[in-house]
Amino acid sequence: MLKYILNRLLLVIPTLIGITICSFGFVRLIPGDPILALSGERGVTAERYAMLVEKYGFDRPIWEQYFRYLGQVVRGDFGDSLATHRPVVEEFLKLFPATVELGIFALIFAIAIGVPAGIFAAVKRGTWLDQGLMGTALVGYSMPIFWWGLLMIIFFSGYLGWTPVSGRIGLQFFMKPVTGFMLVDSLLAGNFNAFVSALRHLILPTIVLGTIPLAVIARQTRSAMLEVMGEDYVRTARAKGLSGRRVIGLHALRNALIPVVTTIGLQVGVLMGGAILTETIFSWPGIGRWLVDSIYKRDYAVVQNGLLIVAVIVMIVNLVVDLLYAVINPRIRVQSS
Amino acid sequence: MKLMKTLLMATAMVAVAAGAAQAKQLIYCSEASPKHFDPAMATGGNDFDASARTIYNRLVEFKHGATELEPGLADSWEISADGLEYTFKLHPGTKFQTTDYFTPTRDLNADDVVFSFERQFKEDNPFHAYLADSQYEYYEAMAMPSYIKEVVKVDDLTVKIVLNTPNSPMLANLGMDFASIVSKEYADKLIASGTETDFASKPVGTGPFQYVDYQLDSVIRYAAFPDYFKGKVALDDLIFAITPDTTARTQRLLAGECDIMSYPSPTDIASLKENTDLVVLDQAGLNVGYMSYNTTVAPTDDVEVRKALSMAINKPALVEALFGAGNAEPAKNLIPPTMWSYNDATPEQEYNPEKAKEILAAKGVTEIELWASDRARSYNPAFARSAEIIQQDWAAVGVKATINTVEWTQYRIDGAKSDRPGAFQIGWGGDNGDPDNFFAVLFGAAAIGTQNYSIWNNAEFEKLIKDGVLETDQAKRAAIYVKAQELMTAEEPAFLMAHSTIYMPMSKKVLGYTMDPLAMHRFDNVDVAE
Repeated sequence: MLKYILNRLLLVIPTLIGITICSFGFVRLIPGDPILALSGERGVTAERYAMLVEKYGFDRPIWEQYFRYLGQVVRGDFGDSLATHRPVVEEFLKLFPATVELGIFALIFAIAIGVPAGIFAAVKRGTWLDQGLMGTALVGYSMPIFWWGLLMIIFFSGYLGWTPVSGRIGLQFFMKPVTGFMLVDSLLAGNFNAFVSALRHLILPTIVLGTIPLAVIARQTRSAMLEVMGEDYVRTARAKGLSGRRVIGLHALRNALIPVVTTIGLQVGVLMGGAILTETIFSWPGIGRWLVDSIYKRDYAVVQNGLLIVAVIVMIVNLVVDLLYAVINPRIRVQSS
Repeated sequence: MKLMKTLLMATAMVAVAAGAAQAKQLIYCSEASPKHFDPAMATGGNDFDASARTIYNRLVEFKHGATELEPGLADSWEISADGLEYTFKLHPGTKFQTTDYFTPTRDLNADDVVFSFERQFKEDNPFHAYLADSQYEYYEAMAMPSYIKEVVKVDDLTVKIVLNTPNSPMLANLGMDFASIVSKEYADKLIASGTETDFASKPVGTGPFQYVDYQLDSVIRYAAFPDYFKGKVALDDLIFAITPDTTARTQRLLAGECDIMSYPSPTDIASLKENTDLVVLDQAGLNVGYMSYNTTVAPTDDVEVRKALSMAINKPALVEALFGAGNAEPAKNLIPPTMWSYNDATPEQEYNPEKAKEILAAKGVTEIELWASDRARSYNPAFARSAEIIQQDWAAVGVKATINTVEWTQYRIDGAKSDRPGAFQIGWGGDNGDPDNFFAVLFGAAAIGTQNYSIWNNAEFEKLIKDGVLETDQAKRAAIYVKAQELMTAEEPAFLMAHSTIYMPMSKKVLGYTMDPLAMHRFDNVDVAE
């Protein structure tokens, strides 16, 4: 087990270096000039442009720029945003709780609906229910988030008036962030109305962000269930005369959920990707929107360091899931030992 | 006793409720997060809305809804006969805002004005580089370093700005956001405590609203400044709800989550106007969309070719297709009709495809490059769409246009190159309502390599714009700029496309909002219905 953990930890180093190359390279591959993007509509004179290029080091060879960046990262210096002049880490820490809060809700939503839907489809395999559920999951999986989000806003907020359009909480509530998690902060402030408002603001973004993971989890659960339902031990359980519910719940589901846990872990990356669009549509002040804005502004410091921090977090979550997988799946432990 | 206590509590609750009902709050759905709250270093309209136009004032101010100037922090000013000295008399007793992070001990004085400018150009000023990578983009862009020689304190309430050369648009420049007056006392306090960066995140000004809180990328809260030198504004609280997506912004207004919003989509205007709970104000924007011909590269180096290419375009149809009916008017001059010196005598562009075809065939023009970018601007919501329409019009006269679509920042670099071929779509939104801000900035020889995308260097035009800057009499300046417009019509360095209308939808309960030609969003004269 220890060897397994060490192996996984060692893999982190080349992955991290790969991420720095990607985050550094991708932002430079986007067409556009960071100095002009930051200078606004008025542009800059040729002399000033040359001065700024030199100041930011954009005139240096690309490899030199990369190693300078790598050196800063190793020293834990993530720099300042070119646009706002604030430290990247400070901005990240302010915005990250909003993304985590939304991500947790989206994941709970995806699991709470996706797992039962997958089980149900597997049990009713081949019926119209199975086809209906899996067809819906495919639609969910293929849904462009931007379009889906706007549609939800127009219908539920605009037409029906059931949910708030965007933001994290009603503007009448002035909550100074304590933890950054609006639900927690409103409870800490003892303001139940603010808590309800924050909860209502979570509904649409949760559904929009959770749709794709829901579809993936439902399909994965179904196929894992189908696989274990053909196993000998399930047949034995049936032969012993156990009720269908006990066979599914006690014998099949426990084993089927092992690959599903991995899938759920992988959805963290999907959620981070989805957050970029969801947060933009719902004016959700999280890191997804922050990164998009920074790409538009060609704010190299934010894009490359923000991406790096996000990638590291996703990596850590995946690592934890892998370790968890080893814990819940005895076969991995046996193989590694 | 118990009854008494209950009655007292009930009275208190009613009083609190009444107090809450009386607090006048306006929620503005803005389009983007401000970079920070230091107007001298900002570049975007949303940055200025959140800082310069709420928290700060300038020596002179633009009148609401106009480009004329009125007294701001300066009650009066004098310009010396040689045009080199501007002397301002400051309004006595002007208070800076008291916040939970700063309590001023003195009123505004000349030291604040000197500091506000010197920090932008004196490298040894301790606040010149207080943020990492401090840049004073607007100060540079308006060529202030070449004009301002020094800013001198004459006495506590008198300040003199000395220029190197006369510059008629200077007063208008001083009304711009970058010229906001900040507190030197506050800056000194921050230096003493080693927290200089707070200057950009915890602002202190003299303006109608004072900063309360900013939750990054989410909401900015302001409260009315009770000691505002022009008198407390009608609103008590002002909230900027940052909502970057246009559809979400519109839906928030419709749902009553906002009282007023910026930059609606042109496609939503008609339905917003039909909504009986809303009012949609509009105003001709101080902008122009145009297409620069490179006057130094064949075939557009030939004025006849340029005129023929323009003549082949059905301008009214193009403008209607691009902006929607009534959302823009075809341009015949570089400056919009609302600006002084506009030459109404300029003839409408001739649309004559047959004649154009003849000229272009005679000149042997069969191909041209046509440039488009990916960014929507107020003066052109879709470069690609306008390019396609122009491409069709030119195809009809036998000229095949190849459309080059380039990312926005790269687009402007490529467009400014002197050897760039063909026709380049671009536009401009005015900064200060002065014609020089259009003619010199966009077509002056000094702007070749930056904003002069026609690479146009016309000696007669150069003389006119130079005279325009030196002349101090507005009527004479207007005559000069009329000549500049006539010259542009004769030389056709660009195809002038449109002046777009700007819209501001709001709830009917918003009272007194004035549209601003400079696209500023100001709320100091706004009230809300009870």
